[in-house]
Amino acid sequence: MTEASSGVRERPLSPHLQVWRWHVTMLGSILHRACLVGLYVGALILVGWAVALASGHDAYLAYSGILASPIGKLVLFGLTFALFFTVASNVRHLMWDTGRGFTPKIADMITIAGIAFALVATIVVWVIAGQTGALS
Amino acid sequence: MTAPSQSFRTPMSRARGLGSAKHGVGHFIADRVSGLALIPLSIWAAFAGLKVAAGGYDMAIEWLSSPLNAVLLGLFMVAGFIHLRLAIQVVVEDYVEGFVSKSALLILNYFVCVLGAALGVFAILKVALLGAF
Repeated sequence: MTEASSGVRERPLSPHLQVWRWHVTMLGSILHRACLVGLYVGALILVGWAVALASGHDAYLAYSGILASPIGKLVLFGLTFALFFTVASNVRHLMWDTGRGFTPKIADMITIAGIAFALVATIVVWVIAGQTGALS
Repeated sequence: MTAPSQSFRTPMSRARGLGSAKHGVGHFIADRVSGLALIPLSIWAAFAGLKVAAGGYDMAIEWLSSPLNAVLLGLFMVAGFIHLRLAIQVVVEDYVEGFVSKSALLILNYFVCVLGAALGVFAILKVALLGAF
């Protein structure tokens, strides 16, 4: 890029994904990033909801109709999981920030716990939604 | 020549200037603090979503007219966009190589997040203060 960097030997690259054996903390890391990318879209959907509500009755009905469609429900289901998994990841990262939980056993355990929490919480929310009539 | 440096960096490394840009800590702390705020806000938002999804337009207006709901939803959006901007910035820095496309995406990310937060907060205030139309 600059004069200073010419003639400098190649900087080392980190090992590529495919040379790693799959392990659960790796899944947690990839899932965390994927969930955040999904939540980026989710945040814009939420803003769209607020704008539709502020735009009046007809706009709100049209918007909530899209969200209630089968594809809308599928997206919202995925976003529910992404939200809960990100919450679990944030807790896990705060714990790691204190320097604790880095032994493979504990690290694997809290990552599995995070995925399990997100799955259970997502299903609970959607079961409640079914019971309160939010899905109809 | 001079006294041994306290730094582990070599003189060559300093001359090349490819080290820390001194911004990393601020990014890290903002990421963790917004993430911390989002733990209770996200759980609240899931229950709020359940409540609002069960009703129609009038119910949504009434729900957002409550000061607590309006403020918490505004905080959820603002903290969320701060957190997401930081997160997507790192994704772009990791995967996009070209200087121009990387810069363009980083600026676009910034603009989208500020626009999203501004639109969201304005829409909340309009409903909370003026009600239905």
